[in-house]
Amino acid sequence: MTDTAPRELPLQELSEVVIRFAGDSGDGMQLTGERFTSVSAVFGNDLSTLPEFPAEIRAPQGTLAGVSAFQVRISDFAISTPGDAPTVLVCMNPAALKAQLHHLAQGGAVIVNSDAFTERNLDKAGYKSNPLDDGSLVGYRLYPVPMAELTKTATAELGVKPRDAERSKNFFALGLISWMYSRPTEPTLQWVKDKFAGRELIVASNIAAFNAGYNFGETAEVFEAHYEIKPAQLPSGEYTNVNGNTALAWGCVAAGQLANLPVFLGSYPITPATDILHEMSKHKNFGVRTLQAEDEIAACGAALGAAYGGALAFTTTSGPGVALKGETIGLAISLELPMVIIDVQRGGPSTGLPTKPEAADLLMAMFGRHSESPMPIVAPQSPADCFDAAIEASRIALKYRTPVMLLSDGYLANSSEPWLLPDVATLPDISVDFATEYNGTNEDGEGIFLPYLRDPETLARPWAVPGTPNLMHRVGGIEKEDRTGNISYDPANHEKMIDLRAAKVAGVANDIPALVVHGDPDAELLVLGWGSTWGAIDAAINRATDNGYSVAYAHLRHLNPFPKNTGEVLANFRKVLIPEMNSGQLALLVRAKFLIDAKSLSKINGVPFTSGEILDAITDELGQK
Amino acid sequence: MTNVPTTTKKDWSTDQEVRWCPGCGDYSILTAVQMMMPDLGVTRENTVFVSGIGCAARFPYYMNTYGMHSIHGRSPAIATGLATARPDLDIWVVGGDGDMLSIGGNHLIHALRRNVNIKILMFNNMIYGLTKGQYSPTSEVGKITKSSPFGSVDAPFNPISLALGAGASFVARTHDMDRKHMTKVLRQAHEHDGSVFVEILQNCNVFNDGAWDKITKRANRDANLIDLSHGDPIQFGADNEFGVVVENAEAKVVNVADVGVDALLVHDEHREEPGLAFLLSRLSNRPVSPTPVGVFRSVNQPEYSAGVARQLVDAQAQNGPGDLAAMLRSAGTWTVD
Ligand code: SF4
Repeated sequence: MTDTAPRELPLQELSEVVIRFAGDSGDGMQLTGERFTSVSAVFGNDLSTLPEFPAEIRAPQGTLAGVSAFQVRISDFAISTPGDAPTVLVCMNPAALKAQLHHLAQGGAVIVNSDAFTERNLDKAGYKSNPLDDGSLVGYRLYPVPMAELTKTATAELGVKPRDAERSKNFFALGLISWMYSRPTEPTLQWVKDKFAGRELIVASNIAAFNAGYNFGETAEVFEAHYEIKPAQLPSGEYTNVNGNTALAWGCVAAGQLANLPVFLGSYPITPATDILHEMSKHKNFGVRTLQAEDEIAACGAALGAAYGGALAFTTTSGPGVALKGETIGLAISLELPMVIIDVQRGGPSTGLPTKPEAADLLMAMFGRHSESPMPIVAPQSPADCFDAAIEASRIALKYRTPVMLLSDGYLANSSEPWLLPDVATLPDISVDFATEYNGTNEDGEGIFLPYLRDPETLARPWAVPGTPNLMHRVGGIEKEDRTGNISYDPANHEKMIDLRAAKVAGVANDIPALVVHGDPDAELLVLGWGSTWGAIDAAINRATDNGYSVAYAHLRHLNPFPKNTGEVLANFRKVLIPEMNSGQLALLVRAKFLIDAKSLSKINGVPFTSGEILDAITDELGQK
Repeated sequence: MTNVPTTTKKDWSTDQEVRWCPGCGDYSILTAVQMMMPDLGVTRENTVFVSGIGCAARFPYYMNTYGMHSIHGRSPAIATGLATARPDLDIWVVGGDGDMLSIGGNHLIHALRRNVNIKILMFNNMIYGLTKGQYSPTSEVGKITKSSPFGSVDAPFNPISLALGAGASFVARTHDMDRKHMTKVLRQAHEHDGSVFVEILQNCNVFNDGAWDKITKRANRDANLIDLSHGDPIQFGADNEFGVVVENAEAKVVNVADVGVDALLVHDEHREEPGLAFLLSRLSNRPVSPTPVGVFRSVNQPEYSAGVARQLVDAQAQNGPGDLAAMLRSAGTWTVD
């Protein structure tokens, strides 16, 4: 590109880096971030990602509302979070800089596409003067790079029109960052060839832009150094990079195989859960049936109908959808049929912040139905863990013939991590038997079927599916008589049935692992978490321990019922701190159930906890060292 | 069907006490269905009745088959899931006009447009019975009830027009006063592959007694009941003196003597285009004017659950049976030593 011979820039070794790619939603930042992640994964780093989508699908170009970002942390050691603050911010336009700069660590690097800093774009982003030369970025290392122009130059000889060349500028940025962090280039080039196969001009244009970016880093006298992050020492085995929604979808498909039942998904598109429907719809060769229903209610109803027919049934949604499904979930509780309701939580109430995570549906999952209608609740703690959580929710649903709520959130849904693939032969058998025989006798000694005669251990009722000879029976939402399932308005029977349904769900506690305490069991403080806060808590505990604090933590996979030893565990600590992306919902449950003075650490601004925030709360509790 | 044991009405009836008001039209529908089932060549264990909420929705409790009494309005959705998961079953959905057209209107139209294999029987009594007498979405304008003491202001649905508008592949009407006609229509409904919508005019003798008398009472049938018969000119009256013609894009009742039999509309229930069936559905300015009963439309369209099942078979043929280990590796992997 220039006639300057490549300079020998110093190669510095880093332990980790947190990079945030930001641009207009049309700039391809998600793709850029994913490609960078993907080569880093193959290179052997540990990593964690945090995509951030614009709230509006078609916000005007160049505006703050249209900014899309992707944060990725890569490291040579095991990590559990995408990092508190990025040290490198790549901005494709002024709006991205304006919207994202506050994330950047002090002294961090800002690499901008300087071509986009025109008067018009600055105006759209609300800048009164150009931040690239008004001194407002003092305190950061600023690298203006004319990415658009350099991309146009690099692609001109291919015959790419300048307008089309603009579309390749994210590959210029990717090439530049790939050089900066010594990423292998071959996987990305191959990916471009595969992805755009048949569209040769696009392939050539993207590759030219990528190479131009890579070479620019090497030859332009702009950067002081480039860096290397060595592979992490991860447990040996085969890995893939997976986000929570994909892992959940795979978990549902796997659960069907492990239960030896056909999978049925009733769903209605809703952010941020829709990708589960997309993914499951691909796996028809597993016998997975997906039905995109007319609304949330029908999605849940269809799933319940399929469950009645003997399928392993799921419905996927977010908070507003759960609200609509509530009546049907009540019916499922009354019919005592298995199904799994997956709630990928988002900011609310109402439409709220659909693209931002929140974990404020816990109390709705617990109590958000009419009457006494308990149901088990499970929550995954990391993107890959969504796979196991889906299998566990299915196991409980099938064994206890009950709807189960699985609480994921928008953060788990879209962020990704390396996943050490399980040996599928070691996954649990969660199959159950259908009823096929009479289970009682009438006064004349003839065999009869009692649809509400319970298993003495699990209190589950028999699951007799249509098509089974002799076991014809009717189920319904009207209160049923114990054992026979016939309509009953008897007050004593109603109370008994309420108690039985509650006892059945409570009994799940006998069948789940005890709550495990990590860290110092004699510590003064226990941090108790659930859901996606695990990564930040884990990182905060490590930092606190490094700083000489003695602190313990425990994470709840099961939120209803709690593990049997939960009360005992909590009683061992003088202080209990509960970080949650809500206003203190688990804290409320824990205080009510165990009568302990748990303290809530609440964050509800649409952004996941950073480990620093949790560390601060820990040091507040334990005093500065 | 092979190996279907011979059964009687008794085999298809449960021991549960039937709890409709004495004289309710639901009894005659139940009897007609219980008497018809042994002749359909199906087994009890492969038959499911699904209902929502309302007087009609009690129906499953009285059928010795599989059954679900679900929640208000949702039975078409629940039955859609069941039919999709289990295309081998014979699924009937029973509900009233409130259940199907009010709270469940959305599910009804979507079940019909999907053409999923469920047979929907809507008992239309033009009133809310279970909640003791409020106007329903089929009540006539001006209906005086407890919730409309000055007369209802709502325009009613024409259920047949609605079902045709939703693209239903089988649409019919019958009534509770003629078991033979009911059985004939339901039998044809059962044979249809796809969604079925049958409106059954039903008398609620407690809250809307006699609402259909002008049409369904034996003495009035000649004047007001038009029995649609495939392939025949549409005629009615004691001496077939009335007929139906289409004029200015409307179906009209005429004196046959004035126009001649050849001018009458010949009923073709298999006509692909639902336009003529829709014109016929507009004839009834109910509940007092000449009203067609019988099959308005019965056309072959791809059935939903079969389409879903075919995609599964195709996917297996293309990709082989599901392989979990391969699925987990589908996005690419790397190995750490
Ligand atoms: S209220 Fe009317 S529809 Fe209901 S059972 Fe009584 S008569 Fe029949």
